Order: sequence, then structure tokens, then C-alpha cells
Amino acid sequence: MNATVATEYTRSKIHPKKFALGVACASILMMFAAFTSAYIVRQAAGNWLEFRLPDIFYINTLVILLSSATVHGSYLAFKRGKTQAYRVLLVFTLILGLAFLALQYQGWQALTSIGVELTTNPSGSFVYVISGVHAAHILGGIAALIVAIIHAFALTHKVTPARKLRFEMTLIYWHFVDFLWVYLLVFFTLQQS
Amino acid sequence: MANVADKPLVHEDDLLIEEYGYDDHFHDHHHGDKFQSNFVTTYFFSQDHKMIAKQFLITGMFWAIIGGLMSLVFRLQLGFPEENMAWLKPVLGKWITVNDAGIGSLAPEFYYALVTMHGTILVFFVLTAGLSGTFSNLLIPLQIGARDMASPFMNMLSYWFFFLAGVVMFFSLFLNTGPFAGGWTAYPPLSALPQASSGSGAGMTLWIVSLVFFVVSVLLGGINYITTVLNMRTKGMSMWRMPLTIWAFFITAIIGLLSFPVLVSAFLLVTFDRSLGTSFFLSEIFIGGQALDHVGGSPILYQHLFWFLGHPEVYIIILPAMGIVSEVLSVHSRKPIFGYKAMVYSILAIAFLSFIVWAHHMFMSGVNPFISNFFVIFTLIIAVPSAVKVFNWIATLYGGNIRFNSASLFGIGFVSMFISGGLTGIFLGNSAIDIQLHDTYFVVAHFHIVMGVAAFFGMYAGIYNWFPKMYGRFMNETLGKLHFWGTIVGAYAVFWPMHYLGMAGVPRRYYRFDSFAAFGSFDLMNQFITIAAIITFGFQLLFVVNFFYSIWKGKKMTDRNPWKASTLEWTTPIEGIHGNWPGKIPTVQRWAYDYGKDGKDFIPQIQPVGADESKDEH
Repeated sequence: MNATVATEYTRSKIHPKKFALGVACASILMMFAAFTSAYIVRQAAGNWLEFRLPDIFYINTLVILLSSATVHGSYLAFKRGKTQAYRVLLVFTLILGLAFLALQYQGWQALTSIGVELTTNPSGSFVYVISGVHAAHILGGIAALIVAIIHAFALTHKVTPARKLRFEMTLIYWHFVDFLWVYLLVFFTLQQS
Repeated sequence: MANVADKPLVHEDDLLIEEYGYDDHFHDHHHGDKFQSNFVTTYFFSQDHKMIAKQFLITGMFWAIIGGLMSLVFRLQLGFPEENMAWLKPVLGKWITVNDAGIGSLAPEFYYALVTMHGTILVFFVLTAGLSGTFSNLLIPLQIGARDMASPFMNMLSYWFFFLAGVVMFFSLFLNTGPFAGGWTAYPPLSALPQASSGSGAGMTLWIVSLVFFVVSVLLGGINYITTVLNMRTKGMSMWRMPLTIWAFFITAIIGLLSFPVLVSAFLLVTFDRSLGTSFFLSEIFIGGQALDHVGGSPILYQHLFWFLGHPEVYIIILPAMGIVSEVLSVHSRKPIFGYKAMVYSILAIAFLSFIVWAHHMFMSGVNPFISNFFVIFTLIIAVPSAVKVFNWIATLYGGNIRFNSASLFGIGFVSMFISGGLTGIFLGNSAIDIQLHDTYFVVAHFHIVMGVAAFFGMYAGIYNWFPKMYGRFMNETLGKLHFWGTIVGAYAVFWPMHYLGMAGVPRRYYRFDSFAAFGSFDLMNQFITIAAIITFGFQLLFVVNFFYSIWKGKKMTDRNPWKASTLEWTTPIEGIHGNWPGKIPTVQRWAYDYGKDGKDFIPQIQPVGADESKDEH
């Protein structure tokens, strides 16, 4: 039932599903572009509470960057047939992803403790909402990672086009949400300086 | 796999496809033909793009009838505010209040709910899903020579998310507090404060849930359309050989994908304001004499976000209609489309400009008048690609051997409507004139003609033209022509007078005008509009009857290419099989518009270019 017609086609250079994922990422990016432009427009209107982003968000950025490195390492190991590294690095990625979510939560608590609550001022509300929506997209990535881990441990290590495609889709999405967070952090930092 | 239903057992198209086609071994796999095995997967959870197209169309028709009936109720209120509406009580229940004398009248809050629902339903459910959903699904794989969409599963999800959105919206109509009543644009504070009006509570919650489902549907569909067009064209189908329908659907999908996520952002922020006490869009507000906690929000920010979708949305509605009309006019005037590349470039230009004109909906909302200047200029520039398209349609018709059937009549009607509505757009695009005209019936007349009626005309042209492709039968021509003449006369009768109302300053969204002495002179005109609207709606019922009658009883299609069109969809077997072509998929040898070339009536796209053929000049 779920066999897609797309797999019948081998002529095009980029796989339609991978292309579709790219289009979906562009669409997600538009949502965050809307949030950040709303931030700028609202900031220009005044009544805007200035505050410094808690340091934990910066530490957290290292965590998510590291997770991108591990998932990429796992992908290379997968292609080269190094089963051990493939599996271990994938699990590391999942742990780092979950750690990112936990640390984001710490970040929100740090915000609350400096007096910036969700409803205090739109400047803070934006940080909560934007990072919250980003975290929701990380959750999607974590779901994909869990599926990838199940595949890594349940199946014998074989590099087939279908499995390679599936892993690449997970990889692209994870890099995307990572890049998205870096964009958001740079954005917040520049706007708040 | 010879096709037994076709009269000439060996069809010329089949021979061409067999000789030059591309063998993708589709039918070697067992799911190729056994894909749809039971009743449920054929008619409900179908993954076949042709069935999904029909699902979109019939669901869209259902909503068009509901939305149309709503407009009749509020038109009755506007045309005959004194009349007894007690006869509507069995349908509308408590929203008709009957006084001691037995005179029933429409509850004012429900009037707003009707206006809001009419707008939401028509804009999103009918003219986005019903139009672009139907024809993108039907035509993209067929016209580019693909077996199906890139992901048929996602395509199925796209329909069912739309269906879910419909269920939620339909449910909201029956709430005790009524559906959302703050206008289809859902501006805060009416949308952000549950206590603002009776529809702002549960009604608004369901409205927002429904529209988020709807956006999911649009995105799943759009991702599929873009991917399919870019990755799954058959051999020889270069971008410059695509029919204009495909160009239009492709660009529409891109616009949708870039603008709908912005709407989701706005909805999310509204939801936070509604439920979690943030103040994105709410500033210092007193309600019922009580000061609210919200401070520092900006309602204009919502308008920016909303119209960043809202304006591209009108092109999401009109571009597919434009594509359909280009194809229909070319086929039925037996001439190549005039200025094919100019048509494509104007679609691209309109798409680009659609993203930088949104604030022309907000000239009077308090935005900086100097910034308005930029939006005025870009808005007026849209007239250029639009005029190019109109010129090309007329030039296509000029000197053509036109078949005046239902499809081409609606195509010509589209051009007429688009000109009439487009010209008033030039008035409204000027921020200075907008001071007088904003929020009047002039605006109502403008957008109804240019994107409401015109888009409907495009849709009808498409339905009459591709009905044989969908159901293997023709719609009744006599009823079709009657439908056309009734609709074009009726639509002008409804919307033309509204321009005069608007120029005199009659505001839209008002429940009744009898307390304004200045508008008393328009009572007869309002009655005329209401009667015209009822008659026009009657003609649409004629279409619905024709549609369903023809599915089962229409004249059977005996020739697989009844319109003598050159595009690929007419090379498939009449009964429409899964995978579209029984054997190989066709290879494309030429562009889509070889009509009347070298003395030949038409040359199909699968026909190789002959040695003695004159060179293409397009």
C-alpha cells in the first residue's frame, strides 16, 4: 500500500522524496522567517523589555552542533560498513538531542528566574514561543532518530539505496533543525545587543 | 495491454507511445495494477491522483453550496431587512428571533457569523482546495507524463486533512455560541479575546483548529505538486514544453508553501494570546468596563502576518484559474496560446509581486503613509503582467476558429470578469483613493468579481473541459450554456451595482442600513442585488444537477481525445487506469500548443517533429 510510485523513477538526479523534504524545510523556514520578522516589527514599535539571553542557550548550541557532528559521523560509518561506530554515534545523537530539549527547558527556567516570564513583555514571549516551536521541530527529528536507531539495531548492516535514502532524509532534517537553531540564536543575540 | 474499450482497437496514440515511449517497468510490479483492490481504497482512502482530484472537487462543491446559501441568508437581510424571516427558523433555530407579532428576524451576531463563514469557506475550502486541489491533482501527473504524484500517500493525507478541516468547521456551525463571527481575516482583538463576542470563544477555537488542518493539507499537497513537476516529468517534457496549466499549478504551490506557514505563525501567536495570556496582538483593552492584563501588543502586527499570506492567497486562487483558461481557450480556438513565454513570465512576475504588496490591505490601519507609497507602486505594477495575460488571451481568441461550448464560454467569461475586476483593483491600489473606498461595497464588488466570480469561471471552464477525462462522459451542453449565460448575467447583476454603493460610501459588514438616511436611496438597489443573487444561485444548482446527472447518465465518451487537444492527458485510455498509461509512458516531442500548424488541425505532443515541419517560433 505504501509503496510510492516515486521509487520507480531513476532518471532524475535528486530523489523526489529528498527533494520533497527540502521543500518542506523551506516551508518550515518561512514560518520562522515570519516569527523573526514579527519580532523585528514589534520591537520597532516600542514598549520592549531589554534583557540578555541566559548563557545556557549558548551552551545548548554547542550540544546541538555536536549532535550534528555525531549524526554525520554515524552516516559516514554507515556508508563505510563500520557497524559499531554507526550504531554508537546514532545513539549519541539521540542522547544529545534529548539533552538539547532538557537544556532548552533549563533555559526557559533561567529566563523566568531573571523575571522574564511568558507574559511579562512581548520581547520575552517571542523567545519562549520561537524556541518552543523550534523544540517541537526537534521532537520530530527525535522521532526520526528513534526510527533510525531501531533500523540500525534490528537490521543487519547493509547499504541498500532505500536504507541510504532513509538515513539521508533523517540526516538532512537533523542538520536543518540544527542550522535553524543557530540562525535563531544569532538572531536573538544580534537583536538583543 | 491493448485497451478493449477504445473503438479502434489499435489506437494511433498507443502506437506512438509504444514506439517512442519510455519503459519504466511500472506494470511489471504487482502493485502496478492491483494497487486499488477494494471498495474502501478505491473510493475513500485512494492514493490515485485522479480519484483524489474528484474527492477534492465534490467536497469543494459541497462547501460551495453551504457558503452560497449563507450568502443568500445575509443578502435577504440586506435587501429585505423588514421582511419576516420566521420561515428560516427550522434551519437556523435560535438565530432567528421571532417577536410578539410573529415577525422573525436574523440575530445580528449570527449575521456576522454568516459573513465570516461565507468568506472562510469560499476562500479556503472552495477556491483553494476545490480549485487548485482538484486540478493540480488531476492534471499534474497526466499532463507531465507521470504515473502518479511523487508521494501518493502524502497526497491522500492532503485530502483527508482537508476533510478533517471541513469536519471541524462544519461542527463549529452548530455550536450553541455560534461559529466565529469576527470576519474571515480573524483580526485581533475579536479573534484573540474569547470574551470579545459570542463566536470568539469556542467558535474561534474550532476555526483556528480547522484552518491549521487546512494549512497542513495545503502544504502536503504543495510539496507533492512541486516535487512532481520538478522531478517526475517524462522524457522530453522540458519546463518550456509544459502546458500553462502545469506552470500555474507549480507556481501556485510555491506561493502556498511560502505563505501558508506565515499564517500558521500568526495563528500560533493568536493562540498564545487567547490561552496563555501573552500580549503579541493585544494592547491596553477594556472589555465590559474592566481593564485586561494585556499590555504592549500590536494588532497591526497580526495584520502584517495575516496579509503576508492573505495577498498571495488571492493569487493562489486565481493562478490555477488562469492556467486552466489559457489551456481551454487555446484548445477551443484551435490556435496556439499567444505569447507562451510571456504567459510564463507573467505568472512568475505575479508570483513575485504577490509577496511585496500585502500592506495595500492595510492602508487605513495606521501604517506609515510613506511606506504605503512603496506598496502602491508594487501593487500598480501587478497591472502589467495581468494586462499581458489579458492581451494574450484575447490575441489567442482573435481570428480563431472558436468552438463556443460551455468550457470555452466560461473561459471567455473569465477574461471578461478578470478585466472588470482588475480595473477596479487599480483604484483600490492607490492609497489616496482608498481613503474613500476602503471597507465599502466597492471593495466587496472588486474582489468578488476578480477573484471570486473569475476563479469560479476558471473552475467551471476546467470542469466542463476535463469532465470527460474524470468520468468518461460529457456534461450536458444545453444545460452548460444555460448555466453560463445565467451566471455571467447574474454575477454582473449582483456585483456591478455594488460599485455604486461603495463609491457612495456604503460600508461593508453592516447589519442594516435603515438608520442611515444617506444610504436610504439604495434600498431598491439592495433588493435588486438580493434577487439577482438568488437567481444566480439557482443557476449554480443547475450546474450541480448537470454534474451529478452526467456522472451516471451523461453522453458516453467514444473518442479518447474529444477536444482534439495536443496534451498528454488525452492519450490515456478513456476509463482512467491506475498508472495512467497501460504500457510505456509517453515521450514528449514538442511543446503543448501545436494547433493549426502547417495546415494540420493539431499535432499531439507525443508526435515526433517531422523532417518537413516548419520550425517552432514560440
